[in-house]
Amino acid sequence: MPRPSRVQFFATCLVDVFSPSVGLAAVAVLERLGVGVDVVPDQTCCGQPAFNGGFVEEAAAMARHTIDVLSRSPDPVVVPSGSCADMIAGRYPEIFDGDAVYGPKARALAERTYEFCQFLADVLGAGLPAAASGPALAYHASCHGLRGLGLRAQPRAVLRAVAGGRCRDLPDAEVCCGFGGVFAVKMGPLSGAMLESKLDAVEASGADFVVATDLSCLMHIGGGLRRRGSRAAARHIAEVVADAFAEDRRE
Amino acid sequence: MSDAARAFHQRIDAALADRALGDALALTTGRLAGGRAAAMAAFADAEAARDEARRIRAAAIARLDQLLERFEREATARGCRVHWAETAADATRIVTAIAQEARVTLAVKSKSMVSEEIELNAALERSGVRVVETDLGEFVVQIAGDRPSHIITPIIHRSRHDVARLFREKANAAPEDVADIPAMTAFARRTLRAEFLQAGMGISGANVAVAETGTVCLVTNEGNGRLTTTLPRVHVALVGIERIVPSAADLAAVLSLLARSATGQALSVYTSLISGPRRAGAGPGPAKGGEPDGPDDVHVVFVDNGRSRLLGGPLAEILYCIRCGACLNVCPVYQKVGGHAYGGVYPGPVGSVVMPGLLGLEAWSELAQASSLCGACREACPVRIDLPRLLLEVRRQAAAKRLAPRWLRVAMPVYAAVARRPRLYRSAVAAAGLLGRMVAKGGWIRWLPGPLGAWTASRDFPAPATRSFLQQHRLRKEAAR
Repeated sequence: MPRPSRVQFFATCLVDVFSPSVGLAAVAVLERLGVGVDVVPDQTCCGQPAFNGGFVEEAAAMARHTIDVLSRSPDPVVVPSGSCADMIAGRYPEIFDGDAVYGPKARALAERTYEFCQFLADVLGAGLPAAASGPALAYHASCHGLRGLGLRAQPRAVLRAVAGGRCRDLPDAEVCCGFGGVFAVKMGPLSGAMLESKLDAVEASGADFVVATDLSCLMHIGGGLRRRGSRAAARHIAEVVADAFAEDRRE
Repeated sequence: MSDAARAFHQRIDAALADRALGDALALTTGRLAGGRAAAMAAFADAEAARDEARRIRAAAIARLDQLLERFEREATARGCRVHWAETAADATRIVTAIAQEARVTLAVKSKSMVSEEIELNAALERSGVRVVETDLGEFVVQIAGDRPSHIITPIIHRSRHDVARLFREKANAAPEDVADIPAMTAFARRTLRAEFLQAGMGISGANVAVAETGTVCLVTNEGNGRLTTTLPRVHVALVGIERIVPSAADLAAVLSLLARSATGQALSVYTSLISGPRRAGAGPGPAKGGEPDGPDDVHVVFVDNGRSRLLGGPLAEILYCIRCGACLNVCPVYQKVGGHAYGGVYPGPVGSVVMPGLLGLEAWSELAQASSLCGACREACPVRIDLPRLLLEVRRQAAAKRLAPRWLRVAMPVYAAVARRPRLYRSAVAAAGLLGRMVAKGGWIRWLPGPLGAWTASRDFPAPATRSFLQQHRLRKEAAR
């Protein structure tokens, strides 16, 4: 697609509630790359928690709302989460398959919805500043972005551009951290056991920050690191890119 | 929560507390998953082969009735007797009757998950037939009075020291019999060889059934399948009705993926093709219809046991499964808890669809909750079964039957109602921020009540921000204006 001059930013409910800094960082990065950003104030949750719990009607109601809100403008939608982007781009067309009204709307929205790194790497291309110095980073590949949207190269390309040799893959980077939405609560001990392996990997990596595309995984991993008293912490990829821009400005 | 669900959660907790189990699972699932990845990477046309195998399996399930009828005609023409069992009880009745008719008192058995599913051993023992498991892993399971915990490697939960102790305590093995793995294998072989020679009946499963020739295909690595199906005078093959493919070419396509996906082998050590009993025909060889070797009688028992109910429905795709076990090995949940925690014959992602699919949601739907939906299973499945989609379908059916936990049944409609009303949503977010400020320390919460306590049991919970993203962004825009 041609380079768009404006995008809509869908923050996701988790970023809205728990980590506004991630949303502000993503918006700042997009603006620094010359893209105008609209944040539709009526946006809420994409409906993934309900969908993954098997509550399909509730999920469809939330999906209809999100489709309505994001269809007021034809601009591309950027989402700072692989799993929410996959919900919109992958699941919405399935949910409304055969629906005369929302089927076409869902497919049209899916076509122009991008996860943040996907948009940076595949649509905007170059333009990211390199910050040679800074904390050591280890990348965790969040599952739905990785296996749903096929985001194997894009987040790594973004990290390579801004952090170069400071960023490596975590050991077993593509193994699930155990978050899984409601799974983290409904299957708490199991989720906790999967988390322990991920925390071991973070600590073995020696990194200062574990980086991912999804705040959901990072809340879980970050909360685990915090509980352990680990010196490592979690950081969203949008914040890492924003850090590089800030570093760039200082120099 | 139902009793079945509560028991499942208790089994998970027990498995997570078992360090030896965790070590054994990490070692072997890692080896199997690594073997699979290497074998598929070295297989030039792996992705095309997966597409082809999926096409074959989908087409076979779409015309299952015709293929089964064709199999019956072809196998009968080659001297087999074909039986149909609608339920597990029907299947055990049929096999027991065959054993009684042939005056069998000892049966040897090659590995068969369907036989586990219908609990055949217990039924045969009740009617006076001793059954001996001849697959090395299943032999250990039987000695231990245990159950298999993996569909390919039944004793993945045990260490070799464990097995040595069992052989000593329960199978009269001498110290030198358990000195190392070759010695233990030799001990099992000696023990089993005597049983093979005595047995009147051999019982096997079937990895694939080929309709056009009425052939049962069996793959093993130990050769016990071949002895089981050729030495005793009667052979009974238990076949799930979905195991069928139309032709030998289709069989080849499936076999090209089965061992690679299961164990990382290009092909298993033994591949047996059984098309009827010993018979004269017009002369020896396939062209003349004769078969100089094998048992006097071959019975093929097709087992439905709930499978046909899945046909045409939203879970039908699970019938494409070729039972390679790859989804178990790559599953981060299976890797943590192993097969016994699932409580059924089929564990892991495939089992979490098969068990509720075959045996009902009430007792089994909770299995589908034990998945983070990470998709590693879908990525590994040789026939590209969309397991996360099927797990979600089980969850959907469970929620529709009010089998989800009460707090979710209350919370989800409320959450959805709030999320559809932006103003209400923004007020709720603001309230959460206020609450967060009251209970958090340094941006984190160490303890939460109710269901959320399951979160704070193993990790801190982030405090909701005092000002939400939407609010902060709006304020910034206004300030900039």
